Amino acid sequence: MFNKILIANRSEIACRVIRTAKRLGIRTVAVYSDADASALHVALADEAYHIGPSPARESYLRPELILDVAKRSGAQAVHPGYGFLSENAEFAEACAAATIVFIGPPTNAIRAMGSKSAAKQIMEDAVVPLVPGYHGDNQAPDFLRDTAGRIGYPVLIKASAGGGGKGMRVVWEGATFEESLASAKREALSGFGDDRVLLEKYLTKPRHVEIQVFADTHGNALHLFERDCSIQRRHQKVLEEAPAPGMTPELRAKMGAAAVAAARAIGYVGAGTVEFLLDQDGSFYFMEMNTRLQVEHPVTEMITGQDLVEWQLRVASGEPLPCRQDELTISGHAIEARIYAEDPARDFFPSIGTLSHLRTPSESTHVRIDTGVRQGDEVSINYDPMIAKLIVWDTDRAGALRRLQQALAEYQVVGVTTNTSFLGAVAAHPAFAEANLDTGFIERNREGLFPEVQPASDKILALACLDVLLRRDAEAKKYAAFTTDLYSPWHLTHGWRPNSDNHHVLYFIDGDATTTVTALYRKSCFLLELPGGQVVARGEIDETGNLLADLDGMRMTATVVRHGAELNIMSASVTHCLTLFDPSAQTAEREGEGGCLTAPMPGKIIAVMTEAGAQVKRGMPLLIMEAMKMEHTITAPADGMVATVNYTVGAVVNDGAELLSLIPEETA
Amino acid sequence: MSVFKSLVNTTSEEFLKNSRSLTDLVADLREKSAKICLGGDERSRAKHIERGKLLPRERLRQLLDVGSPFLELSQFAAYKVYGDDEVPAAGIITGIGRVMGQECMIFVNDATVKGGTYYPLTVKKHIRAQEIAEANHLPCICLVDSGGVFLPRQEEVFPDRDHFGRIFYNQANMSGRGIPQIAAVMGSCTAGGAYMPAMSDESIIVRKQGTIFLGGPPLVKAATGEVVNAEDLGGADVHCRTSGVTDHYAMDDAHALAIARRLVGNLNRRKDVKLAVREPIEPLYNQEEIYGVIPNDTRKPYDVREVIARIVDGTEFDEFKQLYGTTLVCCFAHIWGYPVGIIANNGILFSESALKGAHFVQLCSQRGIPLIFLQNITGFMVGSKYESGGIAKDGAKLVTAVACAKVPKFTIIIGGSFGAGNYGMCGRAYSPRFLWIWPNARVSVMGGEQAASVLAQVKRDGMEARGESWSKEDEETFKQPIRDQYEHQGHPYYASARLWDDGIIDPADTRMVLGLGLSATLNAPIEKTEFGVFRM
Repeated sequence: MFNKILIANRSEIACRVIRTAKRLGIRTVAVYSDADASALHVALADEAYHIGPSPARESYLRPELILDVAKRSGAQAVHPGYGFLSENAEFAEACAAATIVFIGPPTNAIRAMGSKSAAKQIMEDAVVPLVPGYHGDNQAPDFLRDTAGRIGYPVLIKASAGGGGKGMRVVWEGATFEESLASAKREALSGFGDDRVLLEKYLTKPRHVEIQVFADTHGNALHLFERDCSIQRRHQKVLEEAPAPGMTPELRAKMGAAAVAAARAIGYVGAGTVEFLLDQDGSFYFMEMNTRLQVEHPVTEMITGQDLVEWQLRVASGEPLPCRQDELTISGHAIEARIYAEDPARDFFPSIGTLSHLRTPSESTHVRIDTGVRQGDEVSINYDPMIAKLIVWDTDRAGALRRLQQALAEYQVVGVTTNTSFLGAVAAHPAFAEANLDTGFIERNREGLFPEVQPASDKILALACLDVLLRRDAEAKKYAAFTTDLYSPWHLTHGWRPNSDNHHVLYFIDGDATTTVTALYRKSCFLLELPGGQVVARGEIDETGNLLADLDGMRMTATVVRHGAELNIMSASVTHCLTLFDPSAQTAEREGEGGCLTAPMPGKIIAVMTEAGAQVKRGMPLLIMEAMKMEHTITAPADGMVATVNYTVGAVVNDGAELLSLIPEETA
Repeated sequence: MSVFKSLVNTTSEEFLKNSRSLTDLVADLREKSAKICLGGDERSRAKHIERGKLLPRERLRQLLDVGSPFLELSQFAAYKVYGDDEVPAAGIITGIGRVMGQECMIFVNDATVKGGTYYPLTVKKHIRAQEIAEANHLPCICLVDSGGVFLPRQEEVFPDRDHFGRIFYNQANMSGRGIPQIAAVMGSCTAGGAYMPAMSDESIIVRKQGTIFLGGPPLVKAATGEVVNAEDLGGADVHCRTSGVTDHYAMDDAHALAIARRLVGNLNRRKDVKLAVREPIEPLYNQEEIYGVIPNDTRKPYDVREVIARIVDGTEFDEFKQLYGTTLVCCFAHIWGYPVGIIANNGILFSESALKGAHFVQLCSQRGIPLIFLQNITGFMVGSKYESGGIAKDGAKLVTAVACAKVPKFTIIIGGSFGAGNYGMCGRAYSPRFLWIWPNARVSVMGGEQAASVLAQVKRDGMEARGESWSKEDEETFKQPIRDQYEHQGHPYYASARLWDDGIIDPADTRMVLGLGLSATLNAPIEKTEFGVFRM
């Protein structure tokens, strides 16, 4: 076994590898870019080396920099994690050349699986089932149409050189084949400069089921069962689970055997994943093989009780596989949810920012969190915006699903938009509970998964008000401690008045609307006038920052996180964002606007940058004058329209002369 | 300190009867107060809002720190004083509130009431608030929106020492003593009123709302023939850009208030509390129980300790000379953590009680402990035994001590306040920092019954000397109007309307009012007391 390894990766997976290495007593070396200088993986590793600027291509994707660190630090092996250099054959070769162990498969296995068509050829030879199709050179339209008819519609036409959906057409019947072929070829030609296409059977409701395989240098190979990764959006996995719902022991054995055969066919060593498409009728077809540890490996670990990183390290150091196929069993059910900084409502657009508040469900035998970020960390544009993987386990799928929903509800992230509500919606979807899974799940159930944004409920508004009012009280207490009048009743914030009531009006921006709530101060509580009626609200903020609220006698716990003027209210499974609005602060922003603009002292006009009738924005330079050997720029004090410009360049003006006049935009 | 054990039975018939009676008085107080707080009539308020202005109480709310208490003064000022002319709160809101963490004296003209003009009692209320600000070193923030002197009553507003001009005299002298003066002009500010911002240390004006001029457009036209509109004559642009009368240009009311807050934030003041404060504890008994403690018949005696027990921290107090001069209770206690000396009537004043009180005032003055007077006094004991015992000189000792004591003094009239008892117990003339009155209290030179009897006795003596006779019925007919007059003029609403006090308070708010008042007075250092000659 190694004494010291380098982890050529960052974030979640780097932390994951370090965890196992530590448990095995192996010293760890981390590498980091500028952006990751204070990242968690750097803090966890025994040593850490800076390798370059934030963009990955200048740091994590630079083999020579990483090997240099490996040499300097005396690491005996490099764990590439996933992504980055994990499937880079040149890097693996460079490691070998530097007599540093690459923790992954042999170079030729990487290469063999790197090319999709080559991989398929190998698999065909190894009698691994492939999606029926034609990958040959004959591009004659008639031939292709006949072939399509033989494969059976629907058929997929794909650009041989392509990817990303370009030059791809689904053909549902023979009548439209030629037309689709022509447009696919046109697109392929313009997209890749190569109009060759291939044909494949199009599976209408395929499931993505993959087999985890492992092989050692002693000729042993086995599989650790399957994972169902059917819940995807645009080929990006969203939820993964193991075992696959509805999987029979026979099919599992068949798929497992096929996957092991595939691994053996390329002389595989280490951890790999063979991805299959599983059709409704139980037939399965080889898709591709990933020659690395998968993101979703934890679900396999949860049901087998094995540590796949440990296996990787053992195999890479030359040890045989830790157990035999018949020693592996499945226990219970695990589901993984990938928590991303992205906005499902905006087509999953990545969301960047600072994780100003991050609270995760507590870890247990049922809940596991693999993450590489901490509260206060930045989610930047430089890397994949995954925040964490939430993995739940229970004795059966229904139990795991319940735990998933619970844990998602407890996952609190403020500062970036996340997909947790979306994941919650998927988990809560009846079709998901019924395990009616296929890769079209999200598209098909769009309506139920992307509910229209609802205005804040009275409960949410009440919690927001209560939090604002209680925090004000806490701030006043904090202020009090800085005075010499510690216990003065003037520090109270319940708006006491003699012989009369007092109230406070709170304005919240909720989406496009503004909601007003009047809080009437009452003895030890507030009477809130909400859109739906009055609510008596009282509560306290405990030492962990949770809001313990009592709304009309109903007790509940909520977390309200402030992010500037933004209030993120999290209660039960509902998260809502409101912006607290202070109307008096709005006008306070604008000072001394409008009217005429006069010369502050006698001088000469040296530049005029505007003209009568011009629309100007506040702060825009309008005119420059020279006086006392200094330049003075006259700027627009407000948004508005220039009414007149009274002087031209060269004019000498007196102190107080009206240079130009501005009609400010009226304030509403 | 010793914890007082209440002997009041809160389920007794009497307690409940008392409680109902005072609860009704408080309800009436709140109802009237709510109406006063509305300000002018609906039409004037609607017009005010239409002009883009905030109502006075809204201005106040936005000026104060969010949720700040507001110790409003003299809500009932001018209540039913000017006949059909209703002038709610005398057209000005005054009181102490927190701005940027500092207690400030706030003045808000209410333009919905007679255009914010100054009635005689408006002036009195403004000057009383200035007096409090000066005594307690509270920065003054004036939100000006006033047409100046109410001309029909100019003779009661303009010429005398404590009339309109005194406001500016006070501003100048307070400024001189380092008590900041800030004004925000949020409406008109005409003639004498123009000095309000001009006499301030810093001033703000609202664009297209605020105007300042010595003579308005009609006067200018009459005097010089110049035709000019109000905005060009004295609007924000004129005063911020040309005249320099105002320093800060506000876009609207809200902006002006935000600027005012900022100005307070730049005052560089720090309150230095030198008292040995301790953490406050609520009284052991509910403060609302005071309602049941106070007999609804004012002549009925009760133990004033039951009231003290419901005001002071933890119902704890240490009595001084508990066994001597027992009609006056003197004790040390804490209110909101502040050490206080309490002097409370528990019967008529005798020589011993007066001596005990004078001694206690000396103790508190020596130690710098604020004094609280709970007034419920029909007067000093009369009769030859007492006159010859020198009750007049003993009463004088108490009056001397009270008059000279420089520690903050607070007076609450919790029952009757009659005759020289009012003096010895720090009545209005003895300049307590604050004087509040309960809705059940009465203030007059003597009780209505005594007055009627005294006057009837004098009349009867005269008639009998002339050999005439006076029937019981005739005497009763003679006495009733006197009783009625005393009842009417001794009523808290009547008293408060004339600024004989700083406001009528709910007895259950006494602790809060005292706490706020105590804290406010601590903005000024406690001066050393020098007593006058005590007649021995």
